[in-house]
Parts: sequence; C-alpha cells; structure tokens
Amino acid sequence: MSNSEKKESSLLSMVATLGIITSLAGLLLAWVNVITAGPVAEANRQGRISAIESVAPKFDNDPLSEAVVVAVGGDSVKVYPAKEGDRLVGAAVEGFSMNGFSGRIDVMFGFDADGTVTGYEVLSHAETPGLGAKMNEWFRSPEGNRSVIGRSPARANMTVAKDAGDVDGITAATITSRAFLEALRTAYDAFHQIETAN
Amino acid sequence: MLTYISIIVTAIFVNNIVFSQFLGICPFIGVSKRLESAVGMGAAVMFVMALATSVTWILQTAVLEPLGLQFIQTIAFILVIASLVQMLEIVLKKVAQSLYQALGVFLPLITTNCAVLGVAILVTQRGFGFMESLVYSVSTAIGFTLALVIFAGIREQLQLVDVPCSMRGVPIALICAGLLAMAFMGFSGIKIG
Amino acid sequence: MAMNNKLRIIYDGLIANNPTFVLLLGMCPTLGTTGSAITGMSMGLATMGVLVCSNMAISAIKGFVPSKVRIPAYIIVIATFVTVLQMLMQAYLPSLNALLGIFIPLIVVNCILLGRAEAFASKHSVVDSMCDGIGTGLGFTLALTMLGAVREFLGTGRVFGLDVYPERFGSLVFVLAPGAFIVLGLMIALFNRINRR
Repeated sequence: MSNSEKKESSLLSMVATLGIITSLAGLLLAWVNVITAGPVAEANRQGRISAIESVAPKFDNDPLSEAVVVAVGGDSVKVYPAKEGDRLVGAAVEGFSMNGFSGRIDVMFGFDADGTVTGYEVLSHAETPGLGAKMNEWFRSPEGNRSVIGRSPARANMTVAKDAGDVDGITAATITSRAFLEALRTAYDAFHQIETAN
Repeated sequence: MLTYISIIVTAIFVNNIVFSQFLGICPFIGVSKRLESAVGMGAAVMFVMALATSVTWILQTAVLEPLGLQFIQTIAFILVIASLVQMLEIVLKKVAQSLYQALGVFLPLITTNCAVLGVAILVTQRGFGFMESLVYSVSTAIGFTLALVIFAGIREQLQLVDVPCSMRGVPIALICAGLLAMAFMGFSGIKIG
Repeated sequence: MAMNNKLRIIYDGLIANNPTFVLLLGMCPTLGTTGSAITGMSMGLATMGVLVCSNMAISAIKGFVPSKVRIPAYIIVIATFVTVLQMLMQAYLPSLNALLGIFIPLIVVNCILLGRAEAFASKHSVVDSMCDGIGTGLGFTLALTMLGAVREFLGTGRVFGLDVYPERFGSLVFVLAPGAFIVLGLMIALFNRINRR
C-alpha cells in the first residue's frame, strides 16, 4: 500500500507471470488431452468389450454397435446381443440395482439363447470390502447353492435362500445378495424382452 | 423432498466425510485440540463449501461442459476455491468484523482442505442438480463439523489422561478417531426413500 | 555438489522427515487408499510422479515469479501436472484410476506438494529439487505401502494379494475405515519410539 508506484509495476509483472504460466499450463493440458483422447475412448471400449466377452457365449458380431436400450421397471438397461452369423446366441446385459448396502450396483450378466446365465462381471459398486464386495467371486463359486452360472431365472427362483429362494446369499451380506439377484432378474427381464422380440 | 432428506442423512451420518470418505483429515487432526476452534473451523468450512460448490457447479454446467473443457476441471476448481477464499477473507474483513475475527484464522487453511475440492468434484461426478448439490455440500459440512466437535471433546479429555510416551498426541488421537469411525459404521446401511 | 549431498536430500525425505509418519502431511490419501498394499503403493507412486515434476518446474520458474503471486503460480503448476497424470491414467491404467477414484484429482490439495514447493523447490536448484521430490515421494510411497500391507495382512490374511494365512482368521475391521485410523496411529507411535532412541 505504501509504495504505489512499485505496486503498479509489480501488478503488471504479477498478471503477466500468472498469465504466462496459465497459458503454458493450458497448452500442455490441451496437448495431452488430444494425445490421450484416443486411448481413453479405446480403454473404455476395451473395458466394455472384454466384460462382454467374459460373460456372453462366443460371438462374431460387434455387440457394442448393436446395443439396444430396453425399458425395465421404470429405468433402462443396455443389452448387447451376441450373434453368430445372423443367429442370436445370447447377450450381455448391464443389470443394476439401487438397493445395495451402499447404493447402486452395476453388474454385467451374460445369457445364452435360452436364458441360462453364462457369466457375470461386477462393473461398479460401493459395497463393504470383505463382505458385500465378495459378490464378484461368491456367485460363481461351486460351493453349495452359491453359483448363479448355469442356472436360468426362468426355471429357478433367483432369490436368496432366506427369502425361500434357490441361491445361497453371501454370509453376513444379505442386503448385497438381494441387490445382486435383483440386478440379475432385471437383466433377465431385459434379455427376455429382446429374445421374444427376435 | 425425500431425496433431500436422504441426501442430508447420508452425508451427515452414513457417509460421513471424515469417518467414511477420508476427506478433510488434515483440519480434523490439526484443529481439533480445542472445542472452540473446532466449532469455528466447522462454521468456516460450511460457509466456503456451500459457496464453492455453488460456484463450481455453475462453472461446470455453464462453461466447462458446453465448451468440452472437462479436462481442466481440477485446475479450474482449485483456482476458483483459492480465489473465493481470498475474496471471502477480504469481504469479511471489510463488512463483518466480528465474523472475520471468529472465522478469519481458519480461512487460509481451507484452500488446502481437500473436503472442499472433493465435494465440488463428487457433485459433478454424481450428476447432482443445483439444489441437490447445495444441500449435499451443506450437509457434508455439518457432518464434518459434527465429527470435528465430537473429536475435539474427546481430545480435551485426553489431555488429562496418562498416555504412554510414544502414543501421546496424534497417535492416541488417531486411535480414538478409529473408535469413533467404528461407532459411525453403525449408521451404514440406513436408507431413506 | 557431491553425490553424497544428493543422497542426503533423498534420505531426509525418506526417513528423517518422512512426510507421513513424522510431518503428518497428506493424511487423506494415506487413510483413504491404503485398503491394500497395491493401492497404497500406486497412490504413493502417483503422488511421487507429480511431486518430482512440480518440484522441478517450480524450481525452474522460481527466478521470475513475483513473490506475491507465488502460491497461485505453484498451485497452477501442481494442478497442471495432476491433470496430466489423471488423463494418462484414464488412457493407460483405467482400472487403477477407477480404484483410486477421487484421490487422484485431490493430489492437488495434498499439503506435501505445496509444502515441498514452498519449503524446498523455491530455494534450491532443479536437480536438488528433483532429489527432494524423489526422497519425499519415496517416503510417502513407503509409508502408504507399509500401511496398506499391514491393513491387508490383518484384515484379509494377504500381502500384495498373496495368501499368508486363511482369510477367515482375518479381522475385517482393519480393511474398513476404523482400521485405517487405528493402524496409522499405532505406526506413528512406533516411528516415534524408534526416532526417540
């Protein structure tokens, strides 16, 4: 405050320095953004494709470009049809449930043509580590009635044993188990709609 | 209405910013030695968080998204928060002397409080609307203040206790924070609406 | 300057002034990303990468930044490198990026970075600042890895994902939030004890 003349000149230098640094930063970021944009899109695509490949029956089409959005229970679900030639051999379906222990869970389910579960992959969740978070292994384990793979919601009652269903829920994580199976039923409903339309 | 109540309860108790999201730990440990300063810090955080979240929300939806500049989000948000804190300090000093005396010392600390930037980013990631963002930021700040005040109360008592030499100060405080976090885990799984 | 000197700078950051256990800086990622040894180590290395770059850049520009605006200038430099890191991780390490989540952009407000910029890089040469970045970064990485390994070991019976003892004997609370605070408290106490002797 005391030295107004000095402040004038330093104000200019302050603004200039910050301006130069900011524009350099902006240029650097824009450049990195341009070179990473391709790989980012590719990484997203690859993540999706590998999830579909790991759950659905073998296919030779491009399920990503043939994806359909199906309305189920007031929300929409993405279905990626798996085809061999022109024949529908199954699908990968992004099921979800809002009723996880800590909110939404997203699971990709694979079905073969007659609706049997061929695999699943948990895409995102916020469940408790060590309890609900076990769902990515639990429901494919061969022990007892845990596995949902090789079963079909059309023939089995896909709810937890506690609710008189046919699936053993995760020990001490019944809420997560219920949500997981709800996601499975949502996915199956969506798949069923596609299948009957076909 | 139910959405708002759900956001409030979740932000204060279920996903408490300190005990379950691990944000704002530095002021949580640094400014919790006395109850008084804990309350002051909490109030200052609430003020800045609500203001910062509103401004960054507008910035994100009105400028960054239409221009496709989401990639400079981090740098834009931190600059907004830093200058906001500076401006707030100047304005309070001129306009509300008593409020400035109460909150002034905490303001510079808030720029590097990761809870403020964290909430601003979380709000955009979750796709909240403006009102939801505002409610979320205020309730998060209430959760922060609650954690800070409880913890300060415990630490005031801790000073009277004979603790093994190596455990004195921060270590024993962290263990108490762990026990508090355990208590807060009792809220998890609560759902409204 | 002798090689010894550079090693001294690295040692200071790693042990004597360990950012986590001695200076108690950067607590949020320390607690939030150490559910397992791998995530802790990744977070530490990510922070170290930004720290080395920002330290060098700040040391290089220290001559012509007016002191009144040095803090905003440092913040811009740090935020730029954080954003670069964020974009690179989205492109090449998407699963790790998803795992660390919000803690990657929050490196910006990690007090370690601004602290080292102000306390070291703004007063020393580019090479020395790089050494300081490496030392402090390694110290942070070491702390996060140790904390992650202990929590993973006690909680799930694994270290770096390798089984040590059956999972059912583990105590889950160490992986959850309370365990983070408790293990960190005990480790700081241990560091105090060692340093006092």
